[in-house]
Amino acid sequence: MRTIGQANVAIDEAAGIFRVSRNAFVSDQVFEQEQSRIFARCWLYLGHEAELPEAGSFRTRRVAGREIIFNRDMSGKVNAFFDSCPHRGAKVCMEKSGTARQFHCIYHGWNFEADGTLKRQPHHSGYSETFNADGALNLMRLPRLESYRGLWFVNFDKNAISLEDYLGNAREYIDCFVDQNEQVEIIAGAQEYGIAANWKLLCENSVDGYHANNLHATYFDYARNIAPKLPDGPAPARGGLYGVARALDNGHMVGEFSGPWGRPAGKWFPSWGEAAKPEIAARRADLVARVGEEKADRIANLNRNLVIFPNLVLIDGTGMVIRVVQPSAPGFMEVCTWAVADARDSDWLRDIRMQNFLSFLGPGGLATPDDVEALERCQQGYSNRREAGWNDISRGNMEDNDQPLDHEFHIRAYWKHWAECLDRTDMVAEAADKAAA
Amino acid sequence: MKNMTIDRQEVEDFLYAEADLLDSWQLKEWFALFTDDCRYLVPAAGLTAEATPQNSLYYIADDHVLLDERVKRLYKRNAHAEQPHSKTRHFITNVRLHPVELADEIAVSCAFLVHRNRSGQTSTFVGRSTYRLVLRDGAMLIREKLCRLDCDDLFKQGRISILL
Repeated sequence: MRTIGQANVAIDEAAGIFRVSRNAFVSDQVFEQEQSRIFARCWLYLGHEAELPEAGSFRTRRVAGREIIFNRDMSGKVNAFFDSCPHRGAKVCMEKSGTARQFHCIYHGWNFEADGTLKRQPHHSGYSETFNADGALNLMRLPRLESYRGLWFVNFDKNAISLEDYLGNAREYIDCFVDQNEQVEIIAGAQEYGIAANWKLLCENSVDGYHANNLHATYFDYARNIAPKLPDGPAPARGGLYGVARALDNGHMVGEFSGPWGRPAGKWFPSWGEAAKPEIAARRADLVARVGEEKADRIANLNRNLVIFPNLVLIDGTGMVIRVVQPSAPGFMEVCTWAVADARDSDWLRDIRMQNFLSFLGPGGLATPDDVEALERCQQGYSNRREAGWNDISRGNMEDNDQPLDHEFHIRAYWKHWAECLDRTDMVAEAADKAAA
Repeated sequence: MKNMTIDRQEVEDFLYAEADLLDSWQLKEWFALFTDDCRYLVPAAGLTAEATPQNSLYYIADDHVLLDERVKRLYKRNAHAEQPHSKTRHFITNVRLHPVELADEIAVSCAFLVHRNRSGQTSTFVGRSTYRLVLRDGAMLIREKLCRLDCDDLFKQGRISILL
């Protein structure tokens, strides 16, 4: 049995055994190491370009415990600033979203343009002539800000590889997510909820095909129940999820599968009724025109749950979801979820889309609360970690990628990458953290 | 200002009876209070009054079919989020009747506080409910119940697996 990740991951490939220490979900030390070796160095999701529709649009976001302003300045450029006045550090933006030509610090009255430039200080006369000549007193920009297909990411490590290289072969799946909507709309509002469990549990859960049929049996009951209510009585939907799970570059992972529900991108479902067929057919035809027959079939028929290491989940299933998992303590995470739609949706299709989403997902869904319950029970069970110390993640063979959805090769790859991050010897960010402390 | 043959005390009695059904987990009886064209709505925290289930993300936007399924689910042993059941207490206050557009409706608003305890964890949901009630054969029924929460997020509460 070899161990990696500060002895938190134990592997015996010949015996087909892969274990993760429950310490990894509970330890303050692991939490601190994750902050400096993962969250300070990996690309982290910030927001979608559709959330900044016009010059001056802004959103405030918490990313890896930092308060960030994500905005479009008056020239139309997208920015990410630390929300701390360079003077004494006060937050300059208290709203979650809005439009602002300037940001204002209430403490001493410093004002900043939407591009971060320090515009005015009361009693400027007291400062030297070269004050802010180097721009150090403008709102501080995040070290890196890059986008892929409308999704904006930040990185706190200025030496990080490019976002495109980081995403690697996960881009193919992001493309499927983005291509199905001609005009992406991020639906107003967000589901933000807490789970009293370690953040990695939800990342695993988001691509864990093994749990679905068991934990979510009541959701599949629902899917069966609504189908026969049609006058012409179609056969009850087949329960369960079937497909392929795959480990991707840099710890990313995906499951691609069929499910017993319709998809606004072009898969009609009996409970929608005959009248819905033309609109869904039109969506599908439009998709074929844009991406070709083969890719359109894949996008329309199959669902994809994609995890971008460490904490972004793109769900393209009963709903289209952007989910960010923010650790706030070893045993607590904050989940932020946005719903994605196509701005072309008719009222009818939008109803269907949202019903698909809400029936399964979120704090009031028929499925997510059971996930939350399961993850919290795991965390509670880790109180026994001194004696009952290990999670088992051994399902499926140890060598080959592309296994059935309910195998765990892809989750092992996520953990291997996590371990690699924890075992890094070039602790640049960590050294910087220590210097700052 | 139509249909003011119903007074506030009758509406309050109705709301208190509804709360008792929820707190005693008589959910089938609770569901029977809803009309066939009902909605049960809980918008996401922070949404404005202009929000609709089409243009905004809600937590819950049930019609009769989905509410039926939600209630059926809560009776199942494998509805894990509520097995064992939460202990809840619904507090209703500040009940007011409002003018209505439709002749057969009674518009009501009230403040609510729902206290939930389960497995040693306590959470509270505070907000304002608006009801569209109708009279059917002398009995009040709920055509729409909308619960708007007075919070910015559910980081503390986690989930709304109970009925508000």
